[in-house]
Amino acid sequence: MSTIDGKVWKFGDNIDTDVIVPGKYLVHDLPEIAKHVMEGIRPDFPQLVGPGDIVVGGTNFGTGSSREMAPRGIQAAGVIAVVARSFARIFYRNCINVGLAPVECGEADLIEEGQHISIDLAVGRVTLLDTGQELDAVALPDEIGAILGAGGMENYLAAKFSGATT
Amino acid sequence: MGMTIAQKIIARASGNDTATPGEILWVDVDLAMMHDSSGPRRIWPALEELGVGVWDPTKIVVVSDHYVPAADIQAATILQTTRRFVEAFGITRFHEAQGIAHTLMIQQGYARPGMLYVGADSHSCTGGVMGCLAVGVGSTDMLGIVTTGRTWLRVPHTIRVEVSGRLPVGVTAKDLILTIIGDNGMDGGLYQVLEFVGTAIEALTIQERSVLTNMCAEIGAKSGIVPADQVTVAHLAELGIEVGQGPFSDPDATYSQTWTYDAAAIEPVVARPGKHDDVVAISKLGDARVSRAYIGSCTGAKYEDLAMAAEVLRGRQVASGVLLHVAPASRAALQQAMADGTAQALMEAGAHLLSTGCGACPGIGTGILAAGEVSISTTNRNARGRMGSPESSVYLGSPYSVAAAAVAGRIIDPRELIGVPA
Repeated sequence: MSTIDGKVWKFGDNIDTDVIVPGKYLVHDLPEIAKHVMEGIRPDFPQLVGPGDIVVGGTNFGTGSSREMAPRGIQAAGVIAVVARSFARIFYRNCINVGLAPVECGEADLIEEGQHISIDLAVGRVTLLDTGQELDAVALPDEIGAILGAGGMENYLAAKFSGATT
Repeated sequence: MGMTIAQKIIARASGNDTATPGEILWVDVDLAMMHDSSGPRRIWPALEELGVGVWDPTKIVVVSDHYVPAADIQAATILQTTRRFVEAFGITRFHEAQGIAHTLMIQQGYARPGMLYVGADSHSCTGGVMGCLAVGVGSTDMLGIVTTGRTWLRVPHTIRVEVSGRLPVGVTAKDLILTIIGDNGMDGGLYQVLEFVGTAIEALTIQERSVLTNMCAEIGAKSGIVPADQVTVAHLAELGIEVGQGPFSDPDATYSQTWTYDAAAIEPVVARPGKHDDVVAISKLGDARVSRAYIGSCTGAKYEDLAMAAEVLRGRQVASGVLLHVAPASRAALQQAMADGTAQALMEAGAHLLSTGCGACPGIGTGILAAGEVSISTTNRNARGRMGSPESSVYLGSPYSVAAAAVAGRIIDPRELIGVPA
């Protein structure tokens, strides 16, 4: 889980959860929601994105509604990490809780669409694999890394509760 | 070194003497809220999988506000699941179709000074109007909270927002907070808490103050806080709840920034469609026609909002070609509006009354927009497609401005109609 890599899909600043998963789809189940992610800004994204891909955004990524279906929808569409200059705090927490890596990288603007990047979550580093250029990112604090490392909050709690009863 | 209100509350909830901005602390939660969309339908299956119950049903509030009244079978099933959940876990603080959660947390006196309150909704920050630290999270975070009573928080920096003077007639808390968001951008408060102080804030009612804390979500903030003063204490006293003033920030507390505003200089503004930080004074807007006007949401359909709209609409008619929808933020707000003639004034002007609930604001309920339709709304968000079609447009404004636009068919300075005989 510590190092991951994949192909980049690039988005801008202030990508809103109303754009990531519009409210009208929230009544549906996850596979259906995954068919509509990013529909508000790039309608063909669900067809283009593939397993192991990485979304890169600018500032305040995931702003707006607390809907957890935003990171879950992106994840169900195949995405394994979101890199951004900064995150809306609830989206960040939701990513951790569903097991989708959020990576705060002040130099995310240097990453381009279609590039392949690798991310070292523990160290806090993004590497552009095509050029070898390394970008500083924020390493996950231990408290948060433990939840993401477990694969999300549900697994983290399951371990906690089973530990408590044995 | 002194601490801000947010630091003090987190320190106490974490069992520490201090809480330093930037550090991550595990805290005990005093009060948890979830609604029909974020709550039982997402959390219950996980509880069953984990084989555990809830930590303390008396500290959990459940509100069905997003899918009421059910417009299809899926929505009806979500509401049914919510009812079964509160019954199964013995949660008595449950409200279905009684109002929007954020309005009820204040109206019912659930959110109280000094509390650490966590809600599974981004506008949970509204509760900070009661002098508590009110933080929004997502569904799985709420799963962790309802099973353990605990969560982790990064201790925030606090921005001091000092507003002197008095808001002029026809200018509202909505105009003030939109102005602040426009000046600082939708990420201007990222990860931080906004603490609202000053004579202009002290002069506002709880309902108006709650517009400021509500829209802290729209500046990226962790929350907003209005220190609990005599207005806060009086609001709770009316509900039979006795509390003292405070907590207050220490005189030597450290703020990351101080933003100062003269309330007298604020004028009616709107946020232009697509970006809620694209804020412009109506006097500088130019010609902006609307076909829809919407008075609704936790931000803009409390009793006082309905009364502001009625002040403009009394004796006037909604313009031909414009639909005005009113979805009161709570049944209590509607009942108060019925008791003093406010509701009648709205209806006589041609307004259509919708159910109490989140309604069209998140694009779920009735009254949503088609491609090409342009609305002015008292709501808090206008991202593309928020209220319906991705090709629709939403201006955000005060209840006065929405009512004035409904009459004129275009956005005008509401002061052209306030206090002027119809």
